[in-house]
Amino acid sequence: MTNEALQNLIGSWFPNSEATPTSEVKESPETAEVSEEPDEPQKAINPSLLEFSEEGSEFLNVTVQPEHLHDLMSRLKNDKQTKFDYLFCLTGVDWEPELGVVYHLESTTHRHNIVVKVKTADRENPNFDSVWDIWRTAEFHEREVFDFFGIKFNNHPNLKRLFLTPNWEGFPLRKDYVDEVNMVTK
Amino acid sequence: MEEATVIDKNFKTEPYQINMGPQHPATHGVLNLLLTIDGEIIKKVEPDLGYIHRSIEKMCEADSYQQIVHLTDRMDYLSANINNEAVCLVVEKALELEVPDRVKVIRTIIGELTRISSHCLWWGVMGMDVGALTTYFYGFRDREMLNDIFEETCGARLTMNYNVPGGLMFDIHPNFVKRVKKFIKHFKTKIPEYDRLLTGNVIFQKRTKGVGVLSKEDAISFGTSGPVARASGVSCDVRKHHPYSALDRVTFKEALKTEGDTFARYQVRIMELWESLSIVEQLIDNIPEGEYREKTNAVIKLPKGEYYQKVETARGELGVYVISTGTKNPYRFKFRSPGFSNLSALNHMAVGGKIGDLVAIMATLDLVIPDIDR
Amino acid sequence: MILIALAYLGFFAVAGLMLVLLERRIAAWFQLRIGPNRVGPQGLLQTMADALKLVSKELTGTVKADKFLYNLAPYFVIITSLMALAVFPFSQKIQAFDINIGIFFLIAISSIGVIGILLGGWASNNKYSLIGAMRSGVQTISYELSVGLSLLTMILLTGSLQLSEIVETQKHGWLIVQGHVPAIIAFMIYMIAGTAETNRAPFDLVEAESELGAGFHTEYSGMKFAYFFLAEFINMFIIAAIATTVFFGAWLSPFGITESIPWLGVFWFLLKAMVLVFLMMWFRWTFPRLRIDQLLTLEWKYLLPINLVNIILMALLVWNNLIIKF
Repeated sequence: MTNEALQNLIGSWFPNSEATPTSEVKESPETAEVSEEPDEPQKAINPSLLEFSEEGSEFLNVTVQPEHLHDLMSRLKNDKQTKFDYLFCLTGVDWEPELGVVYHLESTTHRHNIVVKVKTADRENPNFDSVWDIWRTAEFHEREVFDFFGIKFNNHPNLKRLFLTPNWEGFPLRKDYVDEVNMVTK
Repeated sequence: MEEATVIDKNFKTEPYQINMGPQHPATHGVLNLLLTIDGEIIKKVEPDLGYIHRSIEKMCEADSYQQIVHLTDRMDYLSANINNEAVCLVVEKALELEVPDRVKVIRTIIGELTRISSHCLWWGVMGMDVGALTTYFYGFRDREMLNDIFEETCGARLTMNYNVPGGLMFDIHPNFVKRVKKFIKHFKTKIPEYDRLLTGNVIFQKRTKGVGVLSKEDAISFGTSGPVARASGVSCDVRKHHPYSALDRVTFKEALKTEGDTFARYQVRIMELWESLSIVEQLIDNIPEGEYREKTNAVIKLPKGEYYQKVETARGELGVYVISTGTKNPYRFKFRSPGFSNLSALNHMAVGGKIGDLVAIMATLDLVIPDIDR
Repeated sequence: MILIALAYLGFFAVAGLMLVLLERRIAAWFQLRIGPNRVGPQGLLQTMADALKLVSKELTGTVKADKFLYNLAPYFVIITSLMALAVFPFSQKIQAFDINIGIFFLIAISSIGVIGILLGGWASNNKYSLIGAMRSGVQTISYELSVGLSLLTMILLTGSLQLSEIVETQKHGWLIVQGHVPAIIAFMIYMIAGTAETNRAPFDLVEAESELGAGFHTEYSGMKFAYFFLAEFINMFIIAAIATTVFFGAWLSPFGITESIPWLGVFWFLLKAMVLVFLMMWFRWTFPRLRIDQLLTLEWKYLLPINLVNIILMALLVWNNLIIKF
């Protein structure tokens, strides 16, 4: 499927209740409360709760709010037209000031790719839903993200540090990690 | 009335925990496996990683792109050239730099020779793990020939660093083509020898057939790639689906099997040896003339954005994910290593089998621990 | 008597060392390398050097190990190996101990060796050693059956358990030729079972280096380890020697060509035993290892029934006088 078609299909799963009547109105019931604020009243409001973008990347990027994450992921996997059954990269990123996770998905049947991003501004106690039950590979990858960024995943079977020792303090890959002894900053 | 003998219903066995510790001849590096065993049957396998974690991803955030190439071949040191190629490709993709044809062809040839070398070592170690200690030497004998070829051209035997963003570090040595042709001729007689020694052996087949089965859906769900996934029927060869360098001009078959057991993984790798030989044969005679390097700035700055490049190493699909904000160091550099996902399938495959099966499964997963730990 | 015992001990201690060196050279030959050839001419003094090193090593012991059993275990193994050497007929005149239950004695002695392995594994207080010892115990007990039965098949031809009597009957042709088909089957089963008895590859999961460290002798060092190690090689020689005596005519020369020179018997005996030892070494460096359940399946479901049928076949042959006699 082309990026355009994917965008329309996936966007339609999470319609924005604040969409104006002039934009496409779907019959499906609203999913959750509005979590997106329109920039300016004059701009057309995004018909979907998800943000799509293709700039600065070779794949279609979808940004989703943390509460819709698990829903979106299971639909992406199970829907026959998208069928993203291969999660090949799960990355934690410290977008100062937010923390986020980036999922790269591919479909082995339709051979299309998509990138899903989720961010949270909470740096003290960030958590997202685990997608372990959708793709088993996420189990190890999420442990790695927890180890390096401190992002907790709900419903994860075994969330503990993977590479570092259990009594390590701090989360090394965050941009504000300070280690006087071992880190050499130019 | 006489009482029948009562079997004590409270008699039960207890599983015990064993460390297949970081120093162990069968774990191919410093991997600690916490096994929960009941007698001889494995109940749970939990890998304990981090013994060789060197924080490569954090280091990349402070290094320039040319320096990052040198870090990559310490990750999966058996496919060092292909790792280097991955980073060079991602930088060239971001800069929209077109490398000369000569560079592409040489990169592919060296990449396939690296794959053959890695599989030679894998075969030797596979035999050693199931008990046939002699195969180790036979595998290494052929690998030595390749190491000598690499040393002459690239300057090193293990961490080659021959690829740089923009091309190659030096031109190929004048003897390169001749020696590679000699190697191909020699190796074509050796693979049947490998088959006679190990593949056809009844004891070996009994040790590996039906052991550690991974179904197709599980293979995709666990994110496995490379020979592990191809033995379960998943067509995932990056060289076919997202070809890079000169791989779009060669014809080769993708090695696929459907059983998903240890023997299928073994056969897939042997088939890959034949296919790699055929790729090198197709390219070695027609290396185009031209420059061996394209000029780049001394300080490489990738434009703002995100870039992803996949390559097929000997272990599976290596992914390089770069987030750049336009400065000379990347903002985030992530390596998606094939061994990491393959290892997550180990628990699923090994539960219910015996310790001997675990060793055979680990041998066919072909893990290189520095690749997993980064 | 004492002198003979000392002579045997001396000779076989050295022979054990030579066997170790031979194994290393043959292994190197299979593996495209040279093997030890520096210490002494052609490396002949290599194992001497190794033995000296082992003797001078510190005898470590784990804290929680059962001291008495831990120290006792290696002695079981080495003593039974050396005892078995007493009954072999190296030549017409050279046989230390010619009892009338020769074969029975040999089989009984090799069974006692198992106790040493089990004790060693248990007393080390180490999970890996225990697993190794249990595996070994089960393996040895199972394969003793096959060894005994295949030897029994040949006893049907000789009618006596005494080793010198067995050699006497072979003056009419080696037993493997006399018994033709069932004797060849018995020999093959005997070689397989004998290799399993001595815990050598392809049945060496007891000491599977790739799996469990070193199995039951992980916690032993120095001279005690040397006992286990030496006992393994002497056992290999014993299996080969039993096969030579029972199947291939001990000190008799083929077609009786050198019967007029009696002392050449020793040479023939050693030559035949060495060929079989080479065969066992060849097995070790070629085949992968069997898993424990495959090993036990092999014995109980395949070798044992074949053995029983073979005995009946041999009995029928002897009854109908279909054996080949020269």
